[in-house]
Amino acid sequence: MANTYVAIATVTVGSGGASSISFTSIPGTYTDLVLLTSLRSTDTSSNWGAATLRFNGDSGSNYYHKELYGTGSAAGSGEGVAATSMGAVRPNSNGTTANTFSNASLYIPNYTSSNQKSTSEDSVTENNATAALSPLVAGRWTGTSAITSIVLTPSGGFTWMQYSTATLYGIKNS
Amino acid sequence: MPATYEPIATTTLGSAQSSVTFSSISGSYTDLVLIVYIPSNSTNDDMYLQYNSDTGSNYSNTTLRGNGTTASSTRGSNTTGARFSDSSSPTTTTSCTAIINIMNYANTTTYKTNISRSNNASTGVDSMVTLWRSTAAITSVKVYPASGNMASGSTFTLYGIQAA
Repeated sequence: MANTYVAIATVTVGSGGASSISFTSIPGTYTDLVLLTSLRSTDTSSNWGAATLRFNGDSGSNYYHKELYGTGSAAGSGEGVAATSMGAVRPNSNGTTANTFSNASLYIPNYTSSNQKSTSEDSVTENNATAALSPLVAGRWTGTSAITSIVLTPSGGFTWMQYSTATLYGIKNS
Repeated sequence: MPATYEPIATTTLGSAQSSVTFSSISGSYTDLVLIVYIPSNSTNDDMYLQYNSDTGSNYSNTTLRGNGTTASSTRGSNTTGARFSDSSSPTTTTSCTAIINIMNYANTTTYKTNISRSNNASTGVDSMVTLWRSTAAITSVKVYPASGNMASGSTFTLYGIQAA
């Protein structure tokens, strides 16, 4: 039986933390990519932090998203238009319950196509507090080249904390 | 490593079409996953699934949706298809990507449910559940818009997942 769901690479943040998590030289041999993350940042300003995700090092105003979210007390919707990064894979902040990391699943279909790239993300920053954030995100990067690198960076100059992990999988349709 | 996420079939449209059907689906998996990408230049309408060619009013759905400003929920009962896009539906200028999980599709005892996530970064995001009121094993899945066509370049891949 064909093995079609393959782990391409895993990053685990060590002691001292990391300023970013990178996947580079992503092969073009798969049909879709799936990025699974478990993240906590040194941000302590709220129950959840923010992160930036960029494809192929592109820091232009080429990222769009629509977001549906719940906080435990309210539901809402937001958007990003012509942003310089994808607002994605939010981390738990270091102000949340200790030893608690966010979870996110980011699906990227047809990542080698010459069309703009769309993404589908489900994530949560659950913790034992009055609020947590659970966003569902539709994303789009206007780049038309194949995705060969992904970089995740905590917003605000913070760092990923030890034991944060990210794994990139490739899926083949044949 | 045993493969539990196996491609059953994939289709890429070479020209605009009103539907795509996966037929003769084996019952040897536990669940199905359908990945759909519909580029711009497609219909301005909602997307649906139809199982086993059943065109009766045997489907229902509950939708949680966001359009970038407002979150809301809606329902459809006794519909003639399993809807999987609403605020995220494809348009003539924007694309739609959907991931649809169809659980326990081969059993002949219970009605069939799916959970879908559909995405359009320009118009909205949807999370839906649908029910098909039939105990038949799902052997075919038709993907179609309520009206119009899906553009050339649309891709559809059906995967089978085995629990063990």
